[in-house]
Amino acid sequence: MGLTGLEIYRHLPKTNCKECGLPTCLAFAMALASAKASLDTCPYVTDEAKAALDSASAPPIKMVKVGVGDHIVELGEETEIFRHDKRFFHPTGIAVLISDTDDAAAKAEKFDALEFHRVGMDYITDMVAVKCDSGDAAKFKAAIEAVAGKTKKAMILLAEDPAIMEGALAVVADRKPLVYAATAENYAKMTALAKSKGCPLAVRGKSLDETAELVEKIVALDYKELVLDSGACETSKVLANLTQFRRLAVRKKYRLFGYPTIAITSKEDPREEVAQACVYLSKYADIVVLKACEKQQLLPLLSWRQNLYTDPQKPIAVEAKLYDVGTPSENSPVYVTTNFSLTYFIVEGEVESSRIPSRILSVDTNGISVLTAYADNKFSAEIIAAAIKKSGLEEKIKHRKIVIPGYVAVLKGALEEESGWEVMVGPREASGITKFSKDNFA
Amino acid sequence: MAVEILKEKYRNKVGEVVLGATSDQGGTRSHTITVGGEEALPFLHFEGEIPNRPVLVLEVWDIVPTEWNPCFEKHYGDVWSDPAAWARKCVEEFGAEMIQIRLKSADPDLGDSSPEDCAAIVKKVLGAVGVPLIIVGCGKPEKDNLIYNPIAEAAAGENLLLGVAELENYKAVTSACMANQHNIIAQSPIDINICKQLNILIAEMSTAMANRIIVDPTIAALGYGIEYSYSIMERARNGALQGDKMLAMPMIGNVGLEAWRAKEANSPTEDEPGWGEQEERGLLWETTTAMAYLQSGIDILVMRHPEALKVIKSSIDDLMKDNS
Repeated sequence: MGLTGLEIYRHLPKTNCKECGLPTCLAFAMALASAKASLDTCPYVTDEAKAALDSASAPPIKMVKVGVGDHIVELGEETEIFRHDKRFFHPTGIAVLISDTDDAAAKAEKFDALEFHRVGMDYITDMVAVKCDSGDAAKFKAAIEAVAGKTKKAMILLAEDPAIMEGALAVVADRKPLVYAATAENYAKMTALAKSKGCPLAVRGKSLDETAELVEKIVALDYKELVLDSGACETSKVLANLTQFRRLAVRKKYRLFGYPTIAITSKEDPREEVAQACVYLSKYADIVVLKACEKQQLLPLLSWRQNLYTDPQKPIAVEAKLYDVGTPSENSPVYVTTNFSLTYFIVEGEVESSRIPSRILSVDTNGISVLTAYADNKFSAEIIAAAIKKSGLEEKIKHRKIVIPGYVAVLKGALEEESGWEVMVGPREASGITKFSKDNFA
Repeated sequence: MAVEILKEKYRNKVGEVVLGATSDQGGTRSHTITVGGEEALPFLHFEGEIPNRPVLVLEVWDIVPTEWNPCFEKHYGDVWSDPAAWARKCVEEFGAEMIQIRLKSADPDLGDSSPEDCAAIVKKVLGAVGVPLIIVGCGKPEKDNLIYNPIAEAAAGENLLLGVAELENYKAVTSACMANQHNIIAQSPIDINICKQLNILIAEMSTAMANRIIVDPTIAALGYGIEYSYSIMERARNGALQGDKMLAMPMIGNVGLEAWRAKEANSPTEDEPGWGEQEERGLLWETTTAMAYLQSGIDILVMRHPEALKVIKSSIDDLMKDNS
């Protein structure tokens, strides 16, 4: 990562032995640089070269894992400042905060039930944070027990007093919670505690400088499962600090900041809190902790996370096939659209809200949208007619009517000729489908 | 331990555009609003000056917006049959910093009001509020091309922001703006090359217009392609700061219009019990869309829900605090 082919080549044997499967050492170096080959396939690379290449190719931000089993949240190992340069890899962990002065069991139960289904995907709130506001070890421990009993999701424990943290870890250390936080005052004890239990540790300075200093001290104690918090709580300052963590790690390979980051919202009003969380989610926080716990508050945030972490180089496509919406019969209407997932799911959503059981034929356009596919001749009368044939529609329904998107109304004649079906021109925008279906099929 | 902060060194900054004109300047606005001028990426005050706040606009239609979600009726129902009263309520009660008038009535299918009627509506709103105005047509170019000039003339001196110019149709609106010294919205379909090309074409018609362009890169709603327009905006802003003058324009986005097209904003609570309460969900859908674009460099946000506007306003207060 970050090394060019030529920089790697300097460390290789330069014998062109071909045993790696590539014709020359230079070709092998190029393949390594683009992550298409692994150094292990070279039998002659020296240990020194290996060490040099390993440390140079170590990701600029370490991966840290919180939680166990199916509920592990992987954080970090990001390589970019902007998603358009490549992509962001490990979605921000979104954590809901529960105070030990709350009814922890009830809140945890509500939290655990949070999951969302939209556009064919499931979104989950993946972390729960439990905070010691009571200052009482027994109370905190009881809250942790209550939360752990209600959810298996990854946990964050927030307490400044190592003695209180120790009591909590006695209950849930095997769940590998994130221990928050080591500070200038408690870092020696907190580090020993996290290290002995093998739990990741958040490090919070009062500034970037103090955070760097603390990381250095903790690394000197031989512990590196760390998550960074610069200690700021004003939105604008947190944004600046998160930006510096990411920039210095990625651009300068500044090792003291080569860890994932955490940001905790400071706003009390849930709307302002969602807005603040949105800033941190957009700009580089690997964990965002917030108090808001209502569905309508979390759905927008989880959706933004999903969008932000998609791979910009990949058109997102659904499988090109015939889909059922509701339980369609042999008389139900049929809509045709492309297999660009955004288009497909918008159409599906609208057909669903028409409450008339239907079928949607998604035609393979290589994951591009209606107009682009039409312009590119990937959504032509021939292609749609062939897709109708292949879909088995003719056996499933009695009628021979199909609805095409309004934007390609011009295809009507050719498609009727090509397929022998009656073609109905639907609305241009999916938002018109409900009305269209009521007018035509109700 | 002193950490050496990484500050980017940029060669260029975003151009500043002044909207509106006071009586000294030949208009009737109570004040002007300046947008753009950024010397750094959004809200990174530590590496450059961010001289102007992003501006919050509420949209006003000149017909009753029957297609809007029913939850808007309690906010606007008392005024939405009168654009002047609607605009006044947005400014006085909801704190809109500018008003965008969408001349829907010009649409041949929605009343087909004449260019003179459209100009009269603009005059009426100018009389009702003191803030600078954004005027956009009905969205059908063949009709919009007929209304730009009468509006530009009727509002001569007011330094409007008028739109929209598109690659296939920019000449009529550009000449209307040129002749009457208004500013122009240059809209491109989530495509940075077209965005640039359109700016060049407008600048070729008039070099003076080059400094009067506000770019609309076309924004998508949260959940419906927001990541594409977010990245186009980030790339445009990076390009601007690195020296590309034909990308160095302030940016505008129809946040409210797009967000409220999403199913997630509109589906009644009883239809989607898994998504929570509808109006709150909708206004947070709009809020989240706006917050994302604030991080990619938007300068003018055209909002719809007054509560979403309120949240964004207080978030901008926070983001404008110095962080150097």
